Amino acid sequence: MSDGGVAIRLERCGKTFDDGTRAVAPLDLEIAAGETIVLLGPSGCGKTTTLRMIAGLEAPDPGGRVRFGAVDVTEIPIERRNVGMVFQSYALFPNMSVADNVAYGLRVRRVEAGARAARLEEMLAMMKIGELRHRHVDQLSGGQKQRVALARALAVRPRVLLLDEPLTALDAKLRDVLRIEIDALLRRLGMTAVYVTHDQAEAMALGDRIVVMSHGAVEQVGRPREIYFTPANRFVAEFVGTMNRLRGVARDGYLEVAGGRVPWRHDVGGEVEVLFRPERATVVETGGLTGRVLTAFFLGDRTRLVVEGISDTPLIVETSARTEFKPGQEVHVAIDSDALLRLAR
Amino acid sequence: MRARRRSRAFYAQLAFTVLVAAFLVVPVVMSITAGLTVNFFQGVKSGLTVRWIGEVWRLYRDTITLSLMIALACLAVDLVVGVPAAYVLAKARSRWTRLVEEALVLPIAVPGLATALALILAYGTWREFRTSWLFILVGHVLFTLPFMVRAVLAVLSSIDLRTLEEGAASLGASFWQRFTGVVLPNCRGGILAGALMVVTLSVGEFNMTWMLHTPLTKTLPVGLADSYASMRLEIGSAYTVVFFFMIIPLLIGIQLAARPRRTAGVGEESA
Repeated sequence: MSDGGVAIRLERCGKTFDDGTRAVAPLDLEIAAGETIVLLGPSGCGKTTTLRMIAGLEAPDPGGRVRFGAVDVTEIPIERRNVGMVFQSYALFPNMSVADNVAYGLRVRRVEAGARAARLEEMLAMMKIGELRHRHVDQLSGGQKQRVALARALAVRPRVLLLDEPLTALDAKLRDVLRIEIDALLRRLGMTAVYVTHDQAEAMALGDRIVVMSHGAVEQVGRPREIYFTPANRFVAEFVGTMNRLRGVARDGYLEVAGGRVPWRHDVGGEVEVLFRPERATVVETGGLTGRVLTAFFLGDRTRLVVEGISDTPLIVETSARTEFKPGQEVHVAIDSDALLRLAR
Repeated sequence: MRARRRSRAFYAQLAFTVLVAAFLVVPVVMSITAGLTVNFFQGVKSGLTVRWIGEVWRLYRDTITLSLMIALACLAVDLVVGVPAAYVLAKARSRWTRLVEEALVLPIAVPGLATALALILAYGTWREFRTSWLFILVGHVLFTLPFMVRAVLAVLSSIDLRTLEEGAASLGASFWQRFTGVVLPNCRGGILAGALMVVTLSVGEFNMTWMLHTPLTKTLPVGLADSYASMRLEIGSAYTVVFFFMIIPLLIGIQLAARPRRTAGVGEESA
């Protein structure tokens, strides 16, 4: 079954609220048909406002246009845009049963009873909520509520599915289960989807592409790998995944830091600051940079060490060695020299 | 389980409570029996009768029906004005709506007599209006509207109205479909509680109505005052009995409506 989707184009869509605060600076964004795009950023970065502009719940500032395929939908209200929405708070109607919630969109569209019942069955089966059909909404768990919300949004065959932090209200385990299900669902339906989250792991797992935002502006747009491996700037690097900071002086082909020195390949000298991912560093027997264990977290398959004394701030390093590390113990850390990223703020 | 020994303080409190309750209940019982005895001064031994009730009906039938008509008309106006007003206030939360909310309560805070006087000063010379029951209706709507608005607003503020409406809109529901299919059903409890409150208040309102009424436009409490002032005591008391039986079901209704809504079929929790 493929419901397909529509390409979306935002042209200079900015949003300034009535009180003068600018939620989103004018941005351009193209979303291909069938693509899952994740808007990622901390709270207040404008990701939800961007989603609401696509949905038709907020009008962009004058000059901004929203297009679905070839159609300019900027002036079309949400009820005629044919979008499916899933909210963090579920937004299920408390006055209706599960089945009535799922069929609501079909009912207001005056879909004929036979077709409505068939589509309802299809949705209940797809989201595996058939046995909940007569339940009252407040008799459902969080995970069940979100399944019902998804079924309700998809029942009307929307041209685009918009998800606003759909998993944030759920506990960690359930979040993983539902994330995998949503991912499979989006692939199977080939539906254009815009997913808003502040959780970078969720963004990496779900997004064909990720739009990293902060303070109402787009910081970087790219595939998860690009975002992770070649972050455009310091904000992206530090928001997505963990980053270590190394501050020192570059001279004579080496970067000298408190804990020793590493080869330096950039043609910049003097005081510098570079970033690297924890997985690009390894704990070695001898050599490398020397530091002291501040704390050690045993995670089962590996141990996460917080090491001080190498740079001016503690570094996070992971090791799969079975050795036990004690606070205060001396460790040697080797860093892959081409893992060092020099990024603008 | 062995019965716990009650302390002396318990019995002292019980006695006090019974005494207070009796102090309050005895006049009610007296009043009812007065309305049902043949001759109040001779007491119950003179025999029980419903004659006085019949008399009340004969003398005050018009008052009773007018009172009910005003109460229902008042309810209709409050529903048509109050529910949308509460909706607007709940949707547009700002300094202005707060101001409107406070202003709405003024007719409750200001003595009814003052409101009535103001109405008479302003419109008293408009004869057709002054002598019509609509004059009383206006007063009652002023007085009861805040109760309707408050009851509905309380429910609307307790649900995530905005998101519910956005959800409905995303599914293709027009404003009217959202309002009737999602907003109204979800504030049904508040509307019901408000409606019972409004009817009860309208039926029982005295001090404003006493100023607003004319000999031809009397409501129940005004009729009651009239009967106590000008009829024999048994008729006044019988009137109380009638009043009682009209207002009690409403009060019980309010209690039931105010109870937290039991979610449908909690017992059938399946696997």
